[in-house]
Amino acid sequence: MDINLTLIGQTIAMIVFVWFCMKFIWPPILNAIEERQEQIAEGLAAAEKGQDKLVKAQAEAEEIVDDARKQATSILDQAHARANEIVAEGKSDGVRERERQLTAAKAEIEQEINKAREELRGQVSAIAVASAEKILKREIDDKAHEDILGKLAQEL
Amino acid sequence: MASEGGHGPQTSGDYISHHLQNLQVCKSETGEWVWNHCAGNPMAINVDSMFWSVFLGLLFIFMFRSVAKKTSAGKPGKLQAFVEIVVDFVDGSVKDTFHGKSNLIAPLALTLFVWIFFMNLMDLVPVDWIPLLSTLVGIEYMKVVPTTDVNITFGMSIAVFILIIFYTIKFKGVGGFIGELTLHPIAPPTKGLGLIAAPFVIAFNFILESVALLAKPVSLSLRLFGNMFAGELIFILIALLGLWQLPLHFGWAVFHVLIVTLQAFIFMMLTIVYLSLAADRRN
Repeated sequence: MDINLTLIGQTIAMIVFVWFCMKFIWPPILNAIEERQEQIAEGLAAAEKGQDKLVKAQAEAEEIVDDARKQATSILDQAHARANEIVAEGKSDGVRERERQLTAAKAEIEQEINKAREELRGQVSAIAVASAEKILKREIDDKAHEDILGKLAQEL
Repeated sequence: MASEGGHGPQTSGDYISHHLQNLQVCKSETGEWVWNHCAGNPMAINVDSMFWSVFLGLLFIFMFRSVAKKTSAGKPGKLQAFVEIVVDFVDGSVKDTFHGKSNLIAPLALTLFVWIFFMNLMDLVPVDWIPLLSTLVGIEYMKVVPTTDVNITFGMSIAVFILIIFYTIKFKGVGGFIGELTLHPIAPPTKGLGLIAAPFVIAFNFILESVALLAKPVSLSLRLFGNMFAGELIFILIALLGLWQLPLHFGWAVFHVLIVTLQAFIFMMLTIVYLSLAADRRN
């Protein structure tokens, strides 16, 4: 309980410890703490920024997908229209072709008819002449009535 | 323990006073170094207090230095996290109270807090363990709680007292220090007939302020000493109770954990407050 030299000893010990703490303990630890605090703050800010970016990117992606969808729809529409067009074109081509062939066939048929008619005419006149010959053989001479017969054949 | 025979203490009174006796060494009148016959000798040294105090101070130094060396801003280890919590706590306390700029106050507060906490914590070591062990190796007295030695607490509070004066002079000048001692709390009259009264007012202020100034280190050290001494004494008394000491010891130890921490914190906090008052120009 007496006051003695221990007091001085303790004061000296304290000065030494405090000095050591001030020089070698406090600064590095506090530096580390402050550095970490900074890092954490930076990390939080970065995370927030990343979050923002993510939201923006998501919106952007959605926009792009929307655009793509619209484009796809328009392309589809165009393709449909084109297909319809092609079909219509084909149809009209077909119709035209059919008409062309029809007219060609008609013309041919006409020609054939005419030809047949011509032939028929010849044959009929020949038959008529032959039958008339047979009838007239007994009464008239060929040579006497030749001009009449020619006129007849022409008329037929 | 009280009924132990042989060299040990015999009665309860002997037991208690044995536990409260420091291991002392001093130079006797004949010029020889003697142990334990130093009552009243101002040149004696309490070897046990000094040893445990320095040992625990070194424990603090090594523990915190090992962390400080390895410290990095990355992911901290467990010890580093603990040390950083303590440092951050002390730093927060200092920043809340002390608004000037000082490289000394925060490390001082940290050292005081952890060191005193360690010294107080020795109180939780059962009172007989270390004294018995030291008796076995031939050391008669061993008081293991340095803060139950008034020399230790005064040693620290005197260092704080010197720092208070140093800070007052550093921040306010010698004139400011003298003015603080003499011009408060009653401002001396500066003109007219009142001038005659001025010396008396100054003398009155000086007495009042000197007492206030001196009361700071005295109260600081006696508060810590009183609390720890009383706690230690109660542990010793409980140890006298035979089997009943077990639950009582446990209860008091649990309660004492609070005192141990609180007293370390109060010592640190008051040191910061005193120094910030010393450095505050507005006062």
